[in-house]
Amino acid sequence: MKREVPLIITAVFGSFMVIEYFVPHPTVTSFGEMLQQWAIIVVAFAYVLGVANIVRINGEKISRRSKDWPYAFPLLAGLAFMLTVGVVFGVGNGTLFNDFYLYAYAPMSGTMFSLLAFFIASAAFRAFRIRTVEAGLLAVAAIIVMLGRVPVGAEMWDKLPVISDWIMNAPQMAAKRAILIGAALGAISTGLKVILGIERNYLGGD
Amino acid sequence: MEGFDRRYVFVVILLVVLIPLLAPLGLPIRVSKEVVGAYDAIERVPPGSTVYFACDYDPATLPEVHPMSYATLNHLFSRDIKVVGACLWPGGPPLLEEVLTRVGEEKFGKKYGVDFVNLGYKEGREVVMVSLGKSIPGTFPADFYGTPVSELPIMDGIEDFTDVAMIVNISAGYPGTKEWVQQVQSRFHVILAAGCTAVSAPEYYPYYQSGQLVGLLGGLAGAAEYEKLVGVSGTATRGMDAQSLGHLAIIVFIVIGNILYFRSTRSRRRTRG
Repeated sequence: MKREVPLIITAVFGSFMVIEYFVPHPTVTSFGEMLQQWAIIVVAFAYVLGVANIVRINGEKISRRSKDWPYAFPLLAGLAFMLTVGVVFGVGNGTLFNDFYLYAYAPMSGTMFSLLAFFIASAAFRAFRIRTVEAGLLAVAAIIVMLGRVPVGAEMWDKLPVISDWIMNAPQMAAKRAILIGAALGAISTGLKVILGIERNYLGGD
Repeated sequence: MEGFDRRYVFVVILLVVLIPLLAPLGLPIRVSKEVVGAYDAIERVPPGSTVYFACDYDPATLPEVHPMSYATLNHLFSRDIKVVGACLWPGGPPLLEEVLTRVGEEKFGKKYGVDFVNLGYKEGREVVMVSLGKSIPGTFPADFYGTPVSELPIMDGIEDFTDVAMIVNISAGYPGTKEWVQQVQSRFHVILAAGCTAVSAPEYYPYYQSGQLVGLLGGLAGAAEYEKLVGVSGTATRGMDAQSLGHLAIIVFIVIGNILYFRSTRSRRRTRG
């Protein structure tokens, strides 16, 4: 029963949501809307679980003095602080929560992302080796697109943006479309397997 | 190569990005047809209409995609279009609030709740998108501040996507542009323009070519092109010189790296021979 009940629920509601897409009858759509509201509520619980997990894992890390345990302190303190100021003082413009969000969290987060530029440059220098014809084609296409997409490319040669646009709109798009169609067919197949109970990995356990 | 200190690469990148930001080169920006498509779509929206603004990103990609929000909202508010904004990313609402306040309230004197609203964040991703197509007030019963949407004048007559002129989506990943196309545009046939990070833009070109996206802003370059169209010189325009030199530096690194690689392979062969 532990496995059968979830499989039946998945099959019934999964099939219903497929039917709901094609049948615009008010009875069907209103029930579909209700199911969507349920889904939103259920998913929202994941946040409660997420916070509980962070506290549990990092709490254990501190108590066991595991590797990098001192880093767990600012994490838990930050979580508690932002949660408290958000709940007590609100989250709108001019609040403490907003100030910390915009002037502490946002720059730190942006800084982490900007580090990518340094690693990409380093990887370009150390790892991008033209060993085969295919790698050579990739390098030429990459250089044309990289230059064609920025103002300096047009300054160097006014045809560079035109060639870059052609690469993006012809070979790139053809390949991307093939990938999208393949992925969509794969998603349909996986969806059907889940609804029919063939694919059961989502149930977890053994 | 093995003994090469990669910190030299980091220093070069720092300099080529920093110098143009401090002393701009003023390289001319060419506007692509994908960006013109988004601009024209907003131009076609009659003043007084409402546009749904989907702000699906968080601070990690703020420098790249936030200028798109500034540029497109500049355009929307300059044309007296009302904006209903919401987020499917938990980190989005304060950023949406900031850009709506800066552009709507401070620059164009628009009023919260009348000319624009921030509906905040709702978890559920694609489910929320589909749910919005059925009922916007049903999906977001209250705004970012907890005010019931029934008390906000801007929400009068707004029930679902048939009541909005178009959707403008600025996204940095999942859920984002792809999901808006698949779940909303194809299902509810609403006009959709999008802005996204440069790395994900190629994925959305097929949607632009098929007409499912009326316009596409890709990365900082897309934002700079839009700034040029609306006549605003923002952070994207200033960043384009830095990006130009950054790209050049990376290309030079690829070339130097390969020259050194071929030289070392040749000398190894000679030693063996």
